[in-house]
Amino acid sequence: MPSEESPVATHVLEFPGGYTRTTGPVIGRFLTELRDRRLVGVRTAGGRVLVPPLEYDPDTGEPVTGEYVEVGPAGTVQAWAWVGSPRPGHPLDRPFAWALVKLDGADTALVHAVDAGSPKELRPGLRVRPRWRAATTGHITDIECFLPEVTSLVAPVRAEYRVMPGRALTRFLEGVRDGRFLGGRCAECAAVYVPYRVSCPACGSVVEEEVEVADTGTVTTYAINNLPDPRAPEVPFVSAYVLLDGADTPMIALIGGIPAHEVRQGMRVRAVWVPPEERTPSMTNVKWFEPTGEPDADLDDSIGGS
Amino acid sequence: MGNRCAVVGVGQTRYQTRRQDVSLAGLVREAALRALEDAGLTFADIDAVVIGKAPDLFEGVMMPEAYLADALGGAGKPVMRVHTAGSVGGSTALVGASLVQGGVHGRVLVVAFEKQSESNATWALSTHLPFNASLVVGAGGYFAPHIREYMRRSGAPDHIGTLVAVKDRLNALKNPYAHLRIPGISREMVESTPMLWEPIRYLETCPSSDGACAIVLAAEDKVTGTPAWIHGTAMRSEPIMLAGRDVVSPRAGRDCAADVYRQAGVTDPRREIDVAEVYVPFSWYEPMWLENLGFAAEGEGWKLTEAGCTALDGDTPWNASGGVLSSNPIGASGLIRFAEAALQVRGTAGEHQVEGVRLALGHAYGGGAQFFAMWIVGSSKP
Ligand SMILES: [Zn+2]
Repeated sequence: MPSEESPVATHVLEFPGGYTRTTGPVIGRFLTELRDRRLVGVRTAGGRVLVPPLEYDPDTGEPVTGEYVEVGPAGTVQAWAWVGSPRPGHPLDRPFAWALVKLDGADTALVHAVDAGSPKELRPGLRVRPRWRAATTGHITDIECFLPEVTSLVAPVRAEYRVMPGRALTRFLEGVRDGRFLGGRCAECAAVYVPYRVSCPACGSVVEEEVEVADTGTVTTYAINNLPDPRAPEVPFVSAYVLLDGADTPMIALIGGIPAHEVRQGMRVRAVWVPPEERTPSMTNVKWFEPTGEPDADLDDSIGGS
Repeated sequence: MGNRCAVVGVGQTRYQTRRQDVSLAGLVREAALRALEDAGLTFADIDAVVIGKAPDLFEGVMMPEAYLADALGGAGKPVMRVHTAGSVGGSTALVGASLVQGGVHGRVLVVAFEKQSESNATWALSTHLPFNASLVVGAGGYFAPHIREYMRRSGAPDHIGTLVAVKDRLNALKNPYAHLRIPGISREMVESTPMLWEPIRYLETCPSSDGACAIVLAAEDKVTGTPAWIHGTAMRSEPIMLAGRDVVSPRAGRDCAADVYRQAGVTDPRREIDVAEVYVPFSWYEPMWLENLGFAAEGEGWKLTEAGCTALDGDTPWNASGGVLSSNPIGASGLIRFAEAALQVRGTAGEHQVEGVRLALGHAYGGGAQFFAMWIVGSSKP
């Protein structure tokens, strides 16, 4: 490394106006066709199509035939190197791939840039097509880069609804606002449905009788969820079927105030209500259910029912 | 039960995470054309088309039956769509069969599909509508408590679910259409995967698949190729919020099984049904459905699993194809069960063929274990 005192100077070596390159007939034909936005290769004596073309068969050294073959414009990626930080001389100013692209109808691949957005989009066999520059001059950069073919599109779908809870659920949520769980008793079935509802799902009768059930109940069964959920404070969390005292149908609710792996079937729980001034007609009034500390209840085999 | 009806063609796509090479129309056509080819028929021979799939929110295509009608040769013919949640593939076959059994049509094309990669099923099933009274959780979170309750009631040891997860994936290695093909699948591999919704481990769940399945149903005088004769069909449903509902062994499932057995003259399903394709999206549902379907007494289903009775070489093979645990294009999953049952009685199941099958059961369930669809097919006429 030079020390601070070492003199440093920039020196530029650039032939004024740029070197000329004579193309010869074969590459000249390729570049001329390119200027007209066509891709051609040349056929060898052995029948192969070289793209980009050469004046000779690179395998045998024999001259190629004079037959030019239109190829592409689509092609297939054979191999690639991802350029994460493009340099000033690179064809694109964003990350891209240098790829070997075998154009349809060609037997050899040419190197060009593929604008794929992410290295995850690249794979052997990826189908690509050229993006041409607005003005072509007869240079390989007349193709700005290759782009993957269109294989999918994004279809945004958005439906906006005005949702009304209906009479029965409104009544239930009013109860929740007041710190009470309301159910409905079917006179035919003698079963209490929580939340409150106006028709019985078993017999179809109109449910006439509103009943209040306790905010204590029994965990009949539960899952320990190890996937995060915006409504749960942490992972793991327990979602449980809680059969409220006086109800004949369970509700699914969060369990809190106890480590997940200490929750038990039969565990007695009580609703933890948010403070009265924070209450709204919604189930967010119930933070979760926590253990009451009572002995576990016996479970019969008709979990989820009476 | 109506007029005789047979499955004369079966077509499936390969099931995989993403079928990015085909459109929805291309996907269903792949299955439909294979089913027609299997039957030696073309779209011109079909009188009506019945399409099944799970909620529209899965692909975000509203009324895909309208969009897909002409892709399935439905122009100028009756085309209808069936939807009964996860059981829809089964219900779709039964609706198709009823059109033939009722003498309405001679040949019906039944197609079911899902392209899960177009969105995310968990998102579609948990849209968090306002005003819920209950915590809404995805399918795993919903069914895990039912599995826990089954384990408590039956006293089944913890590893039973693992055995099913391994057994079905071993079968999948013999099925070229299966999505999950895991060489070297073992108990250790399953047990080393994380608990998602305890007691359900990652490898005890079904994959998310793209895929389609199709069958051609024919009346007796329209049979071509090798028929699988329908011996019984049944559907049942029950409300999800029912006081006293048994979520471990739903009554709708028991009633549906009793109905289809009565039609087929089956009194001892474990002995008389040679192979069963049963909707098992979480491994523990095998022992649960063994009991619900009467293959085992209450609390005894896990013992059949543990003893290997349901393996491919067991006395009552379940899910020889690898089942839902190995391929799950949701809307098609039920129809795949029904189609695999037909392949077994036709003797055309390939490497996972069970020897000498005369009667086979196809089963599907859906929603919160509320919708059930079943059929029994046989190698001889009913
Ligand atoms: Zn009632």
